[in-house]
Amino acid sequence: MVTAANAGALALGLRAGMAATQAQALVAGLVARDAEPAADAAALDQLALWALRRYAPVVAVDQPNGLMIDVTGAAHLRGGEAALLAELVARLAEAGVEARAAVAPTYGAAHALARLCASPTLVAADPLAAMLTPLPVAALRLDADTTDGLRRLGFETIGELAAAPRGGLALRFGADPGRRLDQMFGRAEEPFEPVTAPELIAVERRFAEPIGAPETLARYTGKLVTELCEALEARSLGARRLDLLFHRVDNRIEAIRAGTAKPVRDARRLTRLLCDRLETVAPGFGIERMRLAAPIAEPLDYRPAPSGLGDAPIADISELIDTLANRVGDRGLYRLAPVSSAVPERGVRKVAPLAPPTGTSWPPDWPRPSRLCEPPEPVEAIALLPDRPPVAFTWRGQRRRVKRADGPERIFGEWWKREAELAAVRDYFLVEDEAGERFWLFRAGDGEDPATGGHGWFLHGIFA
Amino acid sequence: MSVSTPVLDAVRARIRQIESGDRAVRGALPFGVSAVDRRLPANGLALGALHEVAGGGNGAVHGAAAALFAAGVMARLEGPVLWCLTRRDLFAPALAQAGLHPDRVIYAEVGDEKTVLACFEEALRHGGLAGVVGEVATLSMTASRRLQLAAEGSGALAIAIRRWRRPTEAADFGQPTASMTRWRVSALPSSPLPVPGVGRARWLVELIRARAGDCADFELEACDEAGRLALPAELADRSASPGVARRRAAG
Repeated sequence: MVTAANAGALALGLRAGMAATQAQALVAGLVARDAEPAADAAALDQLALWALRRYAPVVAVDQPNGLMIDVTGAAHLRGGEAALLAELVARLAEAGVEARAAVAPTYGAAHALARLCASPTLVAADPLAAMLTPLPVAALRLDADTTDGLRRLGFETIGELAAAPRGGLALRFGADPGRRLDQMFGRAEEPFEPVTAPELIAVERRFAEPIGAPETLARYTGKLVTELCEALEARSLGARRLDLLFHRVDNRIEAIRAGTAKPVRDARRLTRLLCDRLETVAPGFGIERMRLAAPIAEPLDYRPAPSGLGDAPIADISELIDTLANRVGDRGLYRLAPVSSAVPERGVRKVAPLAPPTGTSWPPDWPRPSRLCEPPEPVEAIALLPDRPPVAFTWRGQRRRVKRADGPERIFGEWWKREAELAAVRDYFLVEDEAGERFWLFRAGDGEDPATGGHGWFLHGIFA
Repeated sequence: MSVSTPVLDAVRARIRQIESGDRAVRGALPFGVSAVDRRLPANGLALGALHEVAGGGNGAVHGAAAALFAAGVMARLEGPVLWCLTRRDLFAPALAQAGLHPDRVIYAEVGDEKTVLACFEEALRHGGLAGVVGEVATLSMTASRRLQLAAEGSGALAIAIRRWRRPTEAADFGQPTASMTRWRVSALPSSPLPVPGVGRARWLVELIRARAGDCADFELEACDEAGRLALPAELADRSASPGVARRRAAG
C-alpha cells in the first residue's frame, strides 16, 4: 500500500492508501520499499526537539506526520506568528522537508487548516468558524470507519455535522465526533504530552495545592532558577534560552520563553527575565506543576576582570540587551554597520547589538541626510538638463524655490546585483529652499540617455 | 542668569541641594559655545537628566535637525547609546557624520510609543549606557517624571526627541513635563559661501524652557564631524548685545 505521496507522486497519479500493485501498474519501474513507521516516528521526534530548541517551549508530536507547536508567548521573539510560520517552513524546505503550517486558536483547527488550507502557511483569521465550517469531515481527526460512516449518512462538511443534533450521532458513533468538534472550536480542552529529551537540563516542582497568586509564582520561579543554575554549574554551562512551563490543573500548559544574548548563569538576572513576562501567564484554577528547562545551554565565556591598570572599565550592557530583547523581540534590537555599496539605502546592514565592534564607519566625504524617505517620494521639479540642480520643486503639495544647491553626486546602479540596474544612474543634489530647509533630491537618469532612467525627480531625504 | 551676587548664588546652591535631595550632582556636558553654556544653570547640558528636543515648522514632523542635535550631544559623551524609535527613517550615516560612531549606537525599533517609553526607562535605569534617545510624540507629566527619576538614578543623559504625525499636533510641546531643558531646533539658511553651493548648515536653537534658568535663542552652526556646535563667524566677532535673547514665558 502507498503510505504517503509527495507533490511528484501526486502528479503521477499516485495517492496515499492506494494498493501497491495499482501504483506499480500506473508508474512503470516504480521501486517499492517497506514503510518504516518506527524510523519515521523517531525522525519526527528529532524534528520536534529541533522545533523545541528553536521556536517554542511547548512542542508535541502529532502522529503520524505532524508537529504541534504552542507558540503562545514565543511568537513575538520571531516577529509575530506569520513571520514565525514563514521562517519555519523555509527552514524545513532548506532541509528537504516539505511542510505546511497554520496558526489557529485551537489544536484541532490548526491541524485541519494546516492539512487542507495552508499554502504553505496560514494564520487563521476571525471568525474561526467561517474558516472551519466548509472543511470536509475528514479534517476532524476521526478514525477511518467513523469518517466513512458520517459520509455515508450525508455529512460532507464540518458545518453540516456541527448543525446536526448530537444525541443521534453519539448513539451511532460514540462520543468522538462531538468531542473533536468541541476541541476544534475551543469548547473542550485537549490535553497532550509535550516532547522532552533526557539531555535537556530541566528542574521541576510539583505542588500539593495548586498555586495561582502572582507573588507565589514569582517566588517559585526564583527557586526553580536557583536550582537550574546549580544544575548548570555542575556541567559548567550557562543558559542561552529558558523555558518555564506551568501545568495547570485543567491540563493546559502555559509557557514563558526567554533568551539571552550570551550564556548566563546568574540566578538574579535569569529570574528577572522570567518574572518580566510572568504577567502573560493565566493561572486559571491553579498551577500544579512548574518545569524550568534550558533547551540551549553553552559554556560560559569568562573574561578577565578589569585590572584598573590603564584599561578603561567596559560597562556590561548584555543584561539590558536581554531584557529589551525579550520585550521587543530580537529583530527590533540591532546595531547598524556600514556596507560598501553605491546605493545609499543599501549602505546599511543590521548586526546583533552585542556583536564585536566593526571599527568601520561610512565615508565622510559626502553629506548624508538624517532622515531618509524609503521609498523615495516622487516630486515635481523644474530643472535644466542635463546636470543643473532644480530651480523649484513641489513636495507634498508645497512648492519650494531652491536658493542654493550642491551636486550632482552621480550614483550608478549595482549591475552585479540586478539586471535592471545595469544602466541605471541617479544624480543626487543637496538643495536648500528659501526658508533654509535642506533636502536630498535625485533625478533618475543622467539627463541625456533615456536608458539610464526616466528623468523623474525624487526626494530621498531631509537634511538637518 | 544675568544677575549674579554672592548672596543669590548661595541661595541658588541651597535650593539646588534641597531639590536634588541626597542624589549626587552628576555634572554637565558643555556645548563648548560659551554663549549657550552661560545660559544653562549647570553651564552645560545636565547629565543624569531628561532633555526634550523638537523640530520647528516642518521639523516637528520629520525631526531631522532634532535627531542630529541629539546625535551631536551623544557624540560628545563616551560609551554606548540606545536609540528607541518607532519609525525607521533615521539614516545612520548622518549620525556617523555628526561624530556618533555606528559601533556605539544600539537601536531599539518597537511597535508603539508605550514600548518606546518602557525601553527608554529600562535603559536609563540600567546605568551602563552613556545616554538614551527616544523618539516620542506624546510625553505626559507622569512619563517624563519617571524618565527624569530614572536618569537621576543612573547618571545617563536622556534626550526625548518629540516628533508628531502632523504639524498641528506640535502644540503639544507647550504642555508641562518634568524635563530639565526643552529645545527647539529649526533649520536656517546655511552659511554663505563665496561660490555657488550649500555651506555649513545653520540652526535656530531655541531654549524654550530650562529649569532654574532663563529662555534664550541662538543662531548656531550645525554639528561638525565631532558633534560640536559653533557660533557663526560674523556673530562671534561682533560686539556683545545684551538684549539678543528675548524673554519668553516658560514652558
